[in-house]
Amino acid sequence: MGEQRACRLDVYDFGETAAVPVVKMAFGSEASMEGARVGSARYVVHFAEASPADHSRLGGKCAGLATLISAGAVVPTGFAVTTHAYTDMLEAHALHGEIAKRAHRIVAEDVGGQAAIAREIRELITAPPIPAEIAEAVRSGYRALCRQRSEGMPVAVRSSGTAEDLPDASFAGQGDTYLWVVGEDAVLDRVKHCWASLFTARAISYRAKQGLGHLDLAMAVGIQNMVNACAAGVAMSLDPSNGDRSKIVIESTWGLGEPLVSGQITPDSFVLDKVLLEPVKRAIAPKLQELVADPAARRTVMREVAPARQKEPSLTDKQLRAVAQAVKAVEKALGAPQDVEWAIDAERREDEGVVLLQSRPETVWSTKKVGSKPANAYATGIEGVLSTLMSPLAARRGA
Amino acid sequence: MTAQARFPSPYDLKAPPGAEGWRDLYPYYSLFQEELKAGDEKRFWFCDAQHWPTPFRPFDTIMVDYACKCLGQYNTRHLMVPPANGVDYRIHNGYLYMNPIAVPPDKIPGRVPLFLERAGFYFQNWNKLLDNWHVKVRKVIDDLGALKFEPLPDMVPKEWIFEGRGLDNTFELLENYDRAIQLCYKAWQYHFEFLNLGYAAYLDFFGFCKEQFPNIPDQAIARMVQGIDVDLFRPDDELKKLARLAVELGVDDALMSGSVDQALKAVAARPNGKKWIDTWEAAKDPWFNFTSGNGFYSADKYWIEHLDIPFGYLRNYITQVKKGVKIERPTAEVAAERERITKEYAELLNSETRPVFEQKLGLARTVFPYVENHNFYIEHWSLGVFWRKMRELNDLFIKVGFWADPDGLFFLSPSEARQALWDYCSAWGVGADPTGPHYWPQRIDKRKRIVAALATQKPQPALNEPPEVVTEPFTIMLWGITTDRINSWLKGTAGNSKQLTGMAASPGAVEGPARVIRSADELDQVKDGEILVTPVTAPSWAPVFSKISATVTDIGGMMSHAAIVCREYGLPAVTATGSASSLIKTGQRLRVDGSKGEVTILS
Repeated sequence: MGEQRACRLDVYDFGETAAVPVVKMAFGSEASMEGARVGSARYVVHFAEASPADHSRLGGKCAGLATLISAGAVVPTGFAVTTHAYTDMLEAHALHGEIAKRAHRIVAEDVGGQAAIAREIRELITAPPIPAEIAEAVRSGYRALCRQRSEGMPVAVRSSGTAEDLPDASFAGQGDTYLWVVGEDAVLDRVKHCWASLFTARAISYRAKQGLGHLDLAMAVGIQNMVNACAAGVAMSLDPSNGDRSKIVIESTWGLGEPLVSGQITPDSFVLDKVLLEPVKRAIAPKLQELVADPAARRTVMREVAPARQKEPSLTDKQLRAVAQAVKAVEKALGAPQDVEWAIDAERREDEGVVLLQSRPETVWSTKKVGSKPANAYATGIEGVLSTLMSPLAARRGA
Repeated sequence: MTAQARFPSPYDLKAPPGAEGWRDLYPYYSLFQEELKAGDEKRFWFCDAQHWPTPFRPFDTIMVDYACKCLGQYNTRHLMVPPANGVDYRIHNGYLYMNPIAVPPDKIPGRVPLFLERAGFYFQNWNKLLDNWHVKVRKVIDDLGALKFEPLPDMVPKEWIFEGRGLDNTFELLENYDRAIQLCYKAWQYHFEFLNLGYAAYLDFFGFCKEQFPNIPDQAIARMVQGIDVDLFRPDDELKKLARLAVELGVDDALMSGSVDQALKAVAARPNGKKWIDTWEAAKDPWFNFTSGNGFYSADKYWIEHLDIPFGYLRNYITQVKKGVKIERPTAEVAAERERITKEYAELLNSETRPVFEQKLGLARTVFPYVENHNFYIEHWSLGVFWRKMRELNDLFIKVGFWADPDGLFFLSPSEARQALWDYCSAWGVGADPTGPHYWPQRIDKRKRIVAALATQKPQPALNEPPEVVTEPFTIMLWGITTDRINSWLKGTAGNSKQLTGMAASPGAVEGPARVIRSADELDQVKDGEILVTPVTAPSWAPVFSKISATVTDIGGMMSHAAIVCREYGLPAVTATGSASSLIKTGQRLRVDGSKGEVTILS
């Protein structure tokens, strides 16, 4: 109990004695959750214990993290605030009816009207306090993450909706994410705001267009140790420009990955051969700004990148290879091309500091039927040799 | 290609000072002649500095003639390769330039069924034909080895008179010279018997991989095909075995000092010594028929005649064994990686394309041992015996007073050598003095000076205007001449002179001090951890590879011997940089990235 172990979250066992559930976490701390488990199991589930299939309770992002862990990836420690917390909260404050009334007034094309309604609904959710049992479960969960620290652990608080990451309905980008949140009260406040982000104007508008019910969806929230990211980005285990599955494409930038994910900056871009894990193309972009933590101010801040670092690749060759290796392993474990968010943790020694933050199935090429020439269009043996000699190789070679 | 984007014309390229009259050293058919200027200036000629890095001695043109012609004949006259004939050649300012000959488009279709029949036969019967090839080559080696070049006696042996033979001793002497030349020609004919097909089969697999996996690194393809137990590595493997054995038997200290003879005597005197000596002797035949050059030059040194060369490597290996370094090639790892890479690419294919991949790979793997091994049996072993015989002939000329120069013969062309031999024989028969001793010495001296002067000027990478696109398979694969490479030559040293690009021939990245080497004679200057920078490496330099941390060459494709050996030894290598060996100076700090094909001069 309580031993330090620097190990990956690929095996979650419950310790030597069943009475004391033991949760192994990445980065070396093992915590006994004895007190927090009782009564809170409905509202809080640690990623390492979560079942990847438990989409309805965990929402897309948290289920994705559980999946990543099951695939053997290294993931920052954390827990999910389940959808039950949201639905029980709605019930405790009798909000269901209030929201329904306002949702009823939504007119599909009335953008201004939608924005106003959205604001009202959000206010309904964020104004009242979180019911005590739920709040206490979240507090203990957070305290467990803080185990070693005197002041609070900085965490990311991320929306994890149940409509997200469904293979045929990419709501990607919906729902709020809060970075560098410190302290129990701040965490609880952000949880409420994540719940409320089910009712952003954009979310309402999207659902209205798609004809989806506004109260059919629930929101879970992921609370996860912040990574002190010196570089971060995204990766796909195929080439998104052409569906080539023999490649891994990685985009990276300095600092945290959110600006890249949200499309605010132009990243460095690399294409690697998946078998050799060697780069075949690279394009280094000028990186003018980076998102970094401001611990004193307890938030993240966008700052200028020093001129010398702007043209420097945000990943060393070793780091590039390590990211590719992690992505390749996840694709293999999950059996389908993946779209992965990753970071380089400045405080982690192993694997060049690579941690994975999120992975979801790639949606565009995986569903396409890959057309290829029938086998008799390829000559083999002497005919193959002949056809190679006849058609100039140079004319077929890439750049 | 703009009018400016071209290389100089040979008709404008003057020889360096001191090399005037160089044209007299080479046969007329191998020179750019005024009468052919109009046509020859329109043709693109690339310099093959990979195989022929130094200006030619007159005798050595025999290798140029035979190698170029025999390469071509298999395309043009044996296999009827539909789009490609041979590669024409010229010698200019002492260096070799080549021009691939295409087949006229209207002739191509007619050649297809002929190719299918002839090349098809070879592919279908590959191993059987190859077994026979080994028998044929061995006969060439044995026949060459049996030739003698001895001074003529004062009179015809009595026995010949009494048996009514009716022939003198010159008959056989001249015949031996003719036979030596013919056997050399035969060796070259055998050299290419399978080679063009081997490259073509490799190219077929190569092209398929590039199509299925766009931008797949060239190295990945090479690693799927390359062999593990290659005869070309045996000489080096034998030295490693001998090093370990010496340490095991406790005789290593006796080997570490003195001349080769002294060391061998010291070992023989030891209790376990005999076992080691026997193993040493057994290794020599055939594995010390190995040159630190490439076998094309009369100046190339062979291990079996210069035992100090392998001995030096042996001592180096003993030192490493004693330090606990694993000197053996990581064959198990290389084999495992080869299987992993093959399996992973195969898995990316579907049920239509995977069998195609496997068939093409299977054919490439069948033919590749020849592609790798022929080099040992022809260039190292067969030509080694040929050069030994020519040195015996040279010794004969020296003995009978034609010249004193220890390399004299090689400054005569093969035809002139025949004439000199006739001169000797004729004078012997007539009873007068030969003209040679009065004629050759000063001409040999003059020609030596000319060849030395030619060597002061590096060759142009190419002549005249390049084609839009390079298509001939050999040109691309063996010489690494691609459209990109040509364009980088045209840029020359314009642009970033601290950064050189070339072919990513063998993966990995290192930093270290450069050691620029221009010939095999300089190899002993190489120190541990240095980066070897040279116009071209030879497979027999492999023992040096255990000292260096990376290789950079001026020329060479993915299938050049240097690239193959570097991949086998796990050394980063960048080939085909164009001019690394003249831009980089010994001692400069370099960063070599063999995965990217980049060399950066750091200091």
